Amino acid sequence: MSEEKKLFKVTIDNITIDVEPGTTVLNAARQIGGDVTPPAMCYYSKLQGSGGKCRTCLVEVAAGSTADPRPMPKLVASCRTNVMDGMIVKNITSEKVIDARNGVVEFLLINHPLDCPICDQAGECDLQDLGYSHGKEGTRYEFKRRTFEREDIGPYIQLHMTRCILCYRCTYVADQITNTRVHGILDRGDHAEISTYISKAIDNDFSGNMIDVCPVGALTDKTFRFKNRVWFTKPVDAHRDCSTCCGKVTLWQRGDEVLRVTARKDQWNEVQNYDGKPGWICNTCRFDKKKTSDWVIDGLTNISRHSVISQGKYPGLVRPHEMLADVMGGREPKLLMDIHDVSEVNDPSVDLSLIEGPATSKDFEKK
Amino acid sequence: MGRKLLLDKINVENIRLYDVYRREGGYRSVEKALKTMSPEAVTEEVKKSGLRGRGGAGFPTGMKWGFLAKPAGVPRYLVVNADESEPGTFKDRYLMEFIPHLLIEGMITSSFAIGSNRSYIYIRGEFAWIVDILEQAIAEAKNNGWLGKNILGSGFDCEIYVQRGAGAYICGEETALLESLEGKRGNPRIKPPFPAVKGLWDCPTVVNNVETIAAVVPIINDGGEEYAKIGIGKSTGTKLISACGNINRQGVYEIDMTISVEEFIYSDEYCGGIPNNRKLKACIPGGSSVPILPANLLLTTAKGEKRMMTYESLADGGFQTGSMMGSGGFIVLDDRQCVIRHTFTLARFYRHESCGQCSPCREGTGWMEKILWNIETGKGKMSDIDLLWDIQRKIEGNTICPLGDAAAWPVAAAIRHFRDEFEWHITNPDDAQRRNYGLAGYADPIKIATPA
Repeated sequence: MSEEKKLFKVTIDNITIDVEPGTTVLNAARQIGGDVTPPAMCYYSKLQGSGGKCRTCLVEVAAGSTADPRPMPKLVASCRTNVMDGMIVKNITSEKVIDARNGVVEFLLINHPLDCPICDQAGECDLQDLGYSHGKEGTRYEFKRRTFEREDIGPYIQLHMTRCILCYRCTYVADQITNTRVHGILDRGDHAEISTYISKAIDNDFSGNMIDVCPVGALTDKTFRFKNRVWFTKPVDAHRDCSTCCGKVTLWQRGDEVLRVTARKDQWNEVQNYDGKPGWICNTCRFDKKKTSDWVIDGLTNISRHSVISQGKYPGLVRPHEMLADVMGGREPKLLMDIHDVSEVNDPSVDLSLIEGPATSKDFEKK
Repeated sequence: MGRKLLLDKINVENIRLYDVYRREGGYRSVEKALKTMSPEAVTEEVKKSGLRGRGGAGFPTGMKWGFLAKPAGVPRYLVVNADESEPGTFKDRYLMEFIPHLLIEGMITSSFAIGSNRSYIYIRGEFAWIVDILEQAIAEAKNNGWLGKNILGSGFDCEIYVQRGAGAYICGEETALLESLEGKRGNPRIKPPFPAVKGLWDCPTVVNNVETIAAVVPIINDGGEEYAKIGIGKSTGTKLISACGNINRQGVYEIDMTISVEEFIYSDEYCGGIPNNRKLKACIPGGSSVPILPANLLLTTAKGEKRMMTYESLADGGFQTGSMMGSGGFIVLDDRQCVIRHTFTLARFYRHESCGQCSPCREGTGWMEKILWNIETGKGKMSDIDLLWDIQRKIEGNTICPLGDAAAWPVAAAIRHFRDEFEWHITNPDDAQRRNYGLAGYADPIKIATPA
């Protein structure tokens, strides 16, 4: 019998887990899953050297290891801190962490345009999720927000720096999965911007993956811009034989029309691995194959119930338990006006998931 | 008259040139180290001296050298941090400009101790003329056999290169400096790994300040124990202080760390008092990023003791009532100065110099600057003071490198000690545009509560 590998015992928010040496705290927390996992805006497990920049994944290390149980003096970035045996980490159980994280979210949002209603990323945006979970409803920032001109980098991608949170993910993509490095960060501080050198076009087979790794709507697919809201489209897993990439994608359809093609994402909104390699897809698959006939459909994409994208799409889902009656002791709430008395739209007796295509007013007509 | 170790020959004519420097006893330490000592013995001597890093953090140099990983077959590097850009600090410039051979000599000895065959001076881009001075000094040293292959027949090879920065304050942070030296964008790295394990080109590296390396020369010449006798407690040896602001005699002074702050400001040997007999309002004792102190806390500590020019005494009381030795940029403010204006200037500097890598520093520094500008120009609100406090609290400690802390501390200290001046600025916006708040009670002696 081969010698068993020694595993490190690490405790995150009082949950103990055994992980392999060399695992980061964030990945250990991801193995536990749930609320214990710190949010990550810049870390991307498939990109080397990413992480450590956004500071949303800060955690408190209450004990460094069994050998050296001293706590770490500062909060550490969990995405770049490796676990030690006997390490005790506090994430949501530490007030310091919550406070710092709320601060970071505020910092990320003060210069963000908050143009979600017209942003293509809305509905699948990491910053939106983060804002919902940690943001405040009001802002304390009273100054003009920083803006940039929109810029086309290459024929397929538009860069909207105003929305960027400078996570550096796209520069790592350009460095690591494409051959030539043509873009990076210009300037520094709060006027730093992602750009190609003097507005050069990014022209290589895998450039489209920058759109997939972007946690916000700074890099958008020009073939999809303003075509539709993501939650109106239906994600379907599909594949085709591709000579340059793995060919495994998600099609975002409306009816039979393919509006958008992206790589398949896992639960952390990262590109899935196939045969141990990240399933990056090439530009031909992403931008040119926009017919259903180009693809072999594998079935509906599994979308988290919490995502807005899943709304009204999957029949037979367990619906959340209605709490109102329980709370009110069985009484119905007294409404000033029931919207369904005056409006026919969104009649609760109509199951949206059973309707072919998006709902229209016809579906709600009383027969 | 304090003892001078670094600047005792500074007034010798043409000390900048090799012949004069050698005649005045230069390069003795290299001879001593390479001919009679082992590298470990040199490190041991530096450890004994108690020399602390002169760049700002005050970390014991000998210990830093001791931490250096020494895997076989991997080169080690010594990098001298000459990217002196802290507002108020100009001691390294003075040293390099007028006595460059002292640095070169210290570097050869230190390289020998560390085992670095290629050592670098990373110099601030704006010091363009000093690059020429250093390169001339290196060429002279090389012509006279102090650099190159097999120095003094000891079998030790060493070359020194000068690299100019491109004008970024952040490149004074050691890991950003290494990135920049490698030819990349000067973004600080995430630590660990520390440079002692993975530094320049992933090899073990020691990054030291110019003054630290220069101080190795007298340590080797006279012995570490002799050096440790100067100063008080753990603050051994001499320290260069660059004094500026409202004082009669601005300039670089070498002090042995035994004098009090009061003596330093008012004695004729050093700053020579404040011009026009004005009163001392505040002082930043260690370069722009350390907390500002009002006069009463500067001259005496909260415990009522006299504050000395030492690492420990300046830090006495923590950030509540103390400050830091920092890099030795001594900025004096008299009663005409406006603390809000001053804090705004620093906040603007840090916003401009933030690398933009991590979000608290990138967004927070700009926000603080804008709020301070509002207060300064009479558009502030009372809530802005608490907001500023909250912002600095959320930047401090949450960033990759210490620039976030450095940006937060001056703002925090200004609010902590000068809150009434902030409030006056907000409640009297018109007055604040015409005159200064003045001295208030900042110079009055601190009342010490009698124990019950």
